[in-house]
Amino acid sequence: MTIDFNHFTPWDALLGGLLIGLATAFLFLGTGRVAGVSGIFGKLVCDRAPDSGWRFAFLAGLVGSGLLWSLLGNPQGVFQQGFETPGAWALFSVAGLLAGFGARMANGCTSGHGVCGLARLSGRSLVAVPCFMLGGGLAVYLIRHVLGG
Amino acid sequence: MKLWCSLLSGLLFGAGLIISGMTDPGKVQAFLDVAGAWDPSLGFVMLGAIAVAGIAFRLGARWGITAHQTGGLGIDASLVIGSLLFGVGWGVAGICPGPALVGLGAGLLPASVFVICMLFGMEAQAWLAESGARNESDTPGQTPASDRPEAF
Repeated sequence: MTIDFNHFTPWDALLGGLLIGLATAFLFLGTGRVAGVSGIFGKLVCDRAPDSGWRFAFLAGLVGSGLLWSLLGNPQGVFQQGFETPGAWALFSVAGLLAGFGARMANGCTSGHGVCGLARLSGRSLVAVPCFMLGGGLAVYLIRHVLGG
Repeated sequence: MKLWCSLLSGLLFGAGLIISGMTDPGKVQAFLDVAGAWDPSLGFVMLGAIAVAGIAFRLGARWGITAHQTGGLGIDASLVIGSLLFGVGWGVAGICPGPALVGLGAGLLPASVFVICMLFGMEAQAWLAESGARNESDTPGQTPASDRPEAF
């Protein structure tokens, strides 16, 4: 294992993480709800759950943040990398199917289990997080080191 | 008031994802690539987020705020298999559901494709779970996915 210090950005990551934590705090203290993105999306769009105004508002904010960032001219160029590889849409469709299926089956994704669940010391999340890290690690290992370099 | 809290939370959440690097597929894959040139940055995202969220959940408990629809589910095969499948999807694309929705807002085609397929994946899982529950309708405790708690 070698650490890639050229691309290591602990301070940006920590600041972004603090904002994500703050967002989770706002939602929980303001509405009593837990900020799990796949759960909020699934309940609103698939289940058409009643009392979903807050879900719509949260997702509008999330989508709106991307819109605002691109209207600001994409400072730091975060949306230039990684999305423009040829055939990206094919990979992204397979990935989206797996992520949607898996997140619903496990009742949570990176935000629900990874942030909220771990912060609440949920036993289920303590199992889910190593499992999705393992799945992600295996996928990247296959793509980068077995299929192509 | 609740709607404004939710909207603000979504905006802050998205800003956090963008600033931290979670919306950069290459950076996510570099975090998951422990066998290559490993970039541990995204560990710091979890660290910061869990620290603040942990304080909020503790405060909420003291103020008598209880989380809606959490708990009640045990550790089972669905949790393990679902999380593994989710992880593979996350690794293949380098984005998870939150960053995909942020990318949709930024008008990125691959992110939008991811969101639409994520919806199909969720529908497929709900359909499978419900037909499974129908076949085993004599077994008590089987609930269709739509009645299951939100998370965790």
